[in-house]
Amino acid sequence: SRPPSHNIVPTSLILCATYHSEGHSGQYYTLPPTHIQKLFPYGLPPRFQLQIKTFNEGCVMVRPPALELISYLKRADYSKPPLRYVLYGDIGTGKTMSLCHALHYCYSQGWLIVHVPDAHLWVKNCKELLPSSSRPSRFDQPIQASQWLKNFKITNERFLSKLKTTQRYVWTKRESTEKGQPLGELIDQGVNRMKSSSDVVGAVLRELRLQAGGATEGEGAFKLAVAVDGVNALWGKTSLKKEDRTMCEPEELTLIHNLRKMMKNNWSGGAILTALSQTGSVFKPRSAYLPSELLGEEGFDNMEPFVPVSVSNYNEKEFESCYLYYLDRNWLQHPHSRSEEGKKELIFLSNKNPSILERLCAFL
Amino acid sequence: MVPQLPLRQIYVASSLWKKNLAAAGPQKFTQEFIDKQVEEFEVGKRHLANMMGEDPETFTQEDIDRSIAYLFPSGLFEKRARPVMKHPEEIFPKQTAIQWDAEGRPFHFLFYTGKQSYYSLLHDVYEKILYMRLIQLMELLLSMPYCSLEEEFILKFRKQLEVQSSKYEIPALQYDPQGVAFSVADGRRKSAKASITLRDSGSGNITINGRNYLHYFPVLQNREQLMFPLLFVGMMGRFDIEGSVEGSGHSAQAGALRLAISRALLSFVSEGEVEKMRQAGLLTADPRIRERKKPGQEGARKKFTWKKR
Repeated sequence: SRPPSHNIVPTSLILCATYHSEGHSGQYYTLPPTHIQKLFPYGLPPRFQLQIKTFNEGCVMVRPPALELISYLKRADYSKPPLRYVLYGDIGTGKTMSLCHALHYCYSQGWLIVHVPDAHLWVKNCKELLPSSSRPSRFDQPIQASQWLKNFKITNERFLSKLKTTQRYVWTKRESTEKGQPLGELIDQGVNRMKSSSDVVGAVLRELRLQAGGATEGEGAFKLAVAVDGVNALWGKTSLKKEDRTMCEPEELTLIHNLRKMMKNNWSGGAILTALSQTGSVFKPRSAYLPSELLGEEGFDNMEPFVPVSVSNYNEKEFESCYLYYLDRNWLQHPHSRSEEGKKELIFLSNKNPSILERLCAFL
Repeated sequence: MVPQLPLRQIYVASSLWKKNLAAAGPQKFTQEFIDKQVEEFEVGKRHLANMMGEDPETFTQEDIDRSIAYLFPSGLFEKRARPVMKHPEEIFPKQTAIQWDAEGRPFHFLFYTGKQSYYSLLHDVYEKILYMRLIQLMELLLSMPYCSLEEEFILKFRKQLEVQSSKYEIPALQYDPQGVAFSVADGRRKSAKASITLRDSGSGNITINGRNYLHYFPVLQNREQLMFPLLFVGMMGRFDIEGSVEGSGHSAQAGALRLAISRALLSFVSEGEVEKMRQAGLLTADPRIRERKKPGQEGARKKFTWKKR
C-alpha cells in the first residue's frame, strides 16, 4: 500500500530471508505481521515492540552479524552435534535484534523454534518459588514455566500434533502422560497444572533433543533451533532466596537445569543460537561485554567450543540507512534534524550506537 | 529690686537632647582639618621612610603600602579592613563645593530645576537637536556628509568599547612527528580538573580516561556539553580528542572538559571566531563553587526549624 522506499527491500524478497546477502547490508526488510504474532510474542526487545506499534510494521535492518549467522546456518552439517553461536558486543549494539533476525530465517525455513526471550527473567524477581515435586533439592517456577509453554505452543503449532512422546511421564498419583501421546497434550498438561509445569518443560526439551536428529526424512523430520537471549544468566548468580534466606544457586532451579542440558551438544540435528546480555544480568559490572567476562569460568567451560559473533555499533552506511528510515517514517519531526548539521549532532551524541540513537530520535 | 520670678524647671524629654544623626548628613570636614591631615601624612611618610631605611625623598605610595603591610601584618579577608596609610584626599570623602554664595543665591542659573547640568546640556544641544531624539539625530548627524567637522563634539558623548578577546592566551599549536597538528589545554569547574589533547585530521573519536565518551558519560546532557564547542565552531568531525579528568561529579567533569576543549580550539580558529566564542560564554570559567555551611544553620542556606515560641 505504501510506495517502497529506496532502502527498504521490495516485498518479493521479504518472505525468503534466504535471499539476504551482503549486498543487502544496511537495508531494511519488513517482518510479515503474522510471523511477528506467531514467532515473537515476547521475543523482541521492548522498545522495538513499541516501534512496531507506532509505525504499524516491523522493519529490521540487515546487518553483517546476522548475515554471518545465517550463512553459517546454511552451510552447517546437521547430522553432527549442533554448533553453538554466541553473539556478544557492547550494550545497545543489536545482539537481540540479530538473534531475532536469524531466528526468523530459521522459522521461514520451517524449523522448530525453542526460544527463551530472556533467561535473566528466570533468575530474578520470581514471586513464587516452589520446592520441586519430583526432586527434593530443586525449586520450581510455575509462572515462568507456564508462560513459556504458552509461547512455545503459539510458535510451533504445526509440530504439536506430529511429534509423539517416547516414554511415560508420571506427574502425580493420578496424572500421567502415556507413551506415544502427541506433544500438544504434554504441553496442555503443563499449562493447566501449574505445579508440574517446570517438569513439563524439562520433559518437552528432552523429547525434542531425542527426536531432533532422529528421522532424516519423512514426516517426523525437523531441525531444532534453540535460541537463548541472556545466556550468561544460566551460569551467573541468582537474586532469588530460599526460605532460609540463603542465596539460590542456578542449578537448584529446574528450568535452569533443564536449559543447561539443552546447551550441551550431545544431540544432533539443529543449532544453538545464543546472545549475551549485560543489561538484565545480576551482579555484573556495566563495562563487561566479552564472553569470558559475562559467562564466567564455569559458563565459558560449558559453552566451549562456540562460534563467537561480534556485534558493534553502526558504521557510516548503516547509520545513513537508519537515519533515512526515520526520516521516511516522519519520526524525526524537528526541522533541524533534517539538515547536515543535525545529522552530525546525532552522530556525535549517539556515537552511532543503535539503541542510543533510537532513544535520541524518540524525542526529536 | 528686680522681682523674683518663680523659677520652674522645664523638663524636656531626653530624646530631644540626642542629636538627630541622620539629619546631619555626611560628616563635614573643614578645609583646615583636611590641611592638617595632609601635613601629618607628609610627616608620617618621612618617619616611615626613615624606619624602613629608605630615602624619604623618593618614597612612593607603593613603598608606603608595602611597608605598612610588613609592619602591620593582617590576616583579615576584607582588604578594606586592613591598616591603610594613604593621602587624606583619598580617605576623606570629597565635599561638594557649596553651590550658592553668601546671600543664598545659587551660582548656576538652572539650579532650581534640580538637574542643573542636564538641563544645561540640553540647552547646549538644543541649538542642534532635542534630547529625546538625541541619539537618533546623532547618528543622522554622523551619516551626513561633513560630519567630521563636529567630530570632537560627538566624541565627547561616545565611549570606546575595548575588545576584550585579546586578553586570552591561546595555547601553542604543536606538531606531531607525523606532521599532525595538536594542542593541549586545561579546564576547571567546581573542583574538577580536566586536561585534553586535541588532534587534527581525526574522525571525531573522543576518549576520556581511556574509555569511550559514550561509556564515560551515559547521560545525554554531559555529551551535549562536550559537543557544544565543536558545534559552535563548526568543526565537528575534524578532531580527535584524548582527555583525562578527575574530581567532583559527572556534570562538573563535563563542564571542565568543555572549557578545556574551547581553550584548545582557540589555536585552530581565527580572531573573529575567538570573539564570538567569548561572547557565547565558551571561554569563561564558571566561578560558582559550593557555598560554605554557616554555623547556626543546617546548611549553606537552610535554617533550622523556626519555632514561634
